[in-house]
Amino acid sequence: MTLAVEFENVSRHFGAVRAVDGVDMAIPEGAFFAMLGPSGSGKTTCLRLISGFETPTAGTIRIFGQDAGRVPPNRRNVNTVFQDYALFPHMTVQQNVEYGLMVKGIDRRTRARRAGEMLGLVQLDGFGPRRPGELSGGQRQRVALARALVNEPRVLLLDEPLGALDLKLREAMQDELKALQHRLGITFVFVTHDQGEALSMADRVAVFSAGRLVQVGSPAEVYDRPRTRFVADFVGSSNVLPPALAARLGGPAQWASLRPEAVRIVAPGAGRIDGRVVALRFLGAGTRVAVAVAGPAGAPPVVAFAPAGQPPPAEGSPVGLHWADAALHLMEGE
Amino acid sequence: MSTPAATARAGAALPVLLAPRGAGDRLTALFWRRPGLLAALLVAPPLLWLAVVYLGSLAALLLQSFYSIDEFSGLVQRDFTLKTWAELFSPANLDIILRTVTMAAAVTLGAAVLAFPIAYFAARHARGRWKALFYLGVMLPLWSSYLVKVYAWKLILAREGIVTWAAEGVGASAVLNAVLALPVIGGNSLSTSYLGTWLVFLYVWLPYMILPMQAALERVPASMLEAAADLGASRWQAFRSVILPLALPGVIAGSIFTFSLTLGDYIIPQIVGTSARFIGQAVYQLQGTAGNVPLAAAFAVVPIVIMLVYLRIARRMGAFDAL
Ligand SMILES: Nc1ncnc2c1ncn2[C@@H]1O[C@H](COP(=O)(O)OP(=O)(O)O)[C@@H](O)[C@H]1O
Ligand SMILES: [Mg+2]
Repeated sequence: MTLAVEFENVSRHFGAVRAVDGVDMAIPEGAFFAMLGPSGSGKTTCLRLISGFETPTAGTIRIFGQDAGRVPPNRRNVNTVFQDYALFPHMTVQQNVEYGLMVKGIDRRTRARRAGEMLGLVQLDGFGPRRPGELSGGQRQRVALARALVNEPRVLLLDEPLGALDLKLREAMQDELKALQHRLGITFVFVTHDQGEALSMADRVAVFSAGRLVQVGSPAEVYDRPRTRFVADFVGSSNVLPPALAARLGGPAQWASLRPEAVRIVAPGAGRIDGRVVALRFLGAGTRVAVAVAGPAGAPPVVAFAPAGQPPPAEGSPVGLHWADAALHLMEGE
Repeated sequence: MSTPAATARAGAALPVLLAPRGAGDRLTALFWRRPGLLAALLVAPPLLWLAVVYLGSLAALLLQSFYSIDEFSGLVQRDFTLKTWAELFSPANLDIILRTVTMAAAVTLGAAVLAFPIAYFAARHARGRWKALFYLGVMLPLWSSYLVKVYAWKLILAREGIVTWAAEGVGASAVLNAVLALPVIGGNSLSTSYLGTWLVFLYVWLPYMILPMQAALERVPASMLEAAADLGASRWQAFRSVILPLALPGVIAGSIFTFSLTLGDYIIPQIVGTSARFIGQAVYQLQGTAGNVPLAAAFAVVPIVIMLVYLRIARRMGAFDAL
């Protein structure tokens, strides 16, 4: 397996701010790699280290095996789709897409042909003569994509690529990006703070917290077996159980996670623990049922997921909760 | 559970709509209903002032240029004639116009080249204290009297002045003499050459180039430069194809200042430079000592026409497309 990008103990500090702190990371060629984390966790800085806009204060970055630490951005065959797209407002869409080829001195006809092909690829045939200012957000995003892809980059970087789009468009673009990556086979590295987006699009997810890489794995791994409490909290929708509650639920006194889908609602007394329904949230595919269990003071309710078709219990009613042994996943408390 | 706010709500309910309170409220309501009205009220007085005083005097000027002067009596004859305009295009007067336009173009070019790095630094890199220092540095020369500055420059550039002295001090007298020996722009000393005039113009109008340029560069997002580099552009390519076009409106705005200010100035070439006249001096002398107001008026129209032509060209070149 070839590695597209390797981080070896990479740090980037801004004075006292440790934007990226001792990150080891390997991105395999052809991966759709997501960097996930809350705002300020160092994702963008990591991306900028790959594109060359930042140089590491320590550590080594290799792109396809070559040390890239001191190579300027314009000498890296890596392209970026910027968060604000950064389209050139004084150029037409066609000129924007041709830009990378133009600065490389490729002749006019080849340029026009390849830019045309790219615009076709992102379904913007005929938009060449327009100005970026005349396009919608989704169309600008596609132009930015075409402008980057026309250079046939070895790695494509995307910084919060869908952040500026509304929900419906975002979902459509998620599918489209995924299909595009599949078709081109280029390594995509994208940054997002939206765990849903990371889990649904990427084949590998790296979770960042405060400049450090906390966990890397397939979406299922990160979701099912979060390594730390932070990952479980951030990736979300799982029960994060403090040690006292975990012990109360039959595990060791250690932080643990329990997925709502793994928790079955049964008759009181028939499960591992009893409780009382305190809140219901209808989610379409089912209902989230929050159950307060007797236990340590201040413990959060345990959430179960009642799939559609099975009528959820009424608020305030007593219920029992049951789950398989393996469902209780232990993790580090950080 | 009842929060204090909820209690207040349950008690004496507050009114939903409030009655207008005095004339101020009624006026506010009127302005909300007709947003254009406030703008019109604000803009009307200065607009009226501009129309009457500025455009009015301009029209009067234009009118004057179609009168002529009686060579014997020296009195203005109020009959419509093109005689004055014909006189304006005499070789001697064309010379003045050409000299002025060339100087204005040279000053503008010099100012643009000099201002760009300063404006770029201020817009892209200067923060906090450095930015304050930049504004201070650029504006400070504007706060002292224009005449004082020009006379100071005369002393600096004079044969026995600071430049000569400094050149001797660092052993660069040969360089200075070589520069002064240049045809046309050279001369006896810097203070009596076109080069000297150019230097003083450059100094005096530079802030008017830097400030709009800096404002324009500030509006170019940093990601533009990064996008260019990301796509493989060198610094120079990014500058030429992205930064310069995006900053062009600022450059044009600045050049309008430097160009038109140079076109109209009559003090700097009077104090520093050769004895050859510029448009401003010609107007000054014609309407004063010579008493030839029609020709002075015709001369005064020239910079206006030149500026209109200049703006047209700038627009053709797409200078305002990015606005
Ligand atoms: N150029 C910079 N100078 C100083 N601090 C910076 C700079 N760039 C990023 N940082 C800091 O580094 C941290 C990580 O930022 P960033 O990588 O943008 O996070 P994210 O993309 O995850 O939101 C933040 O605290 C940010 O303020
Ligand atoms: Mg970011």
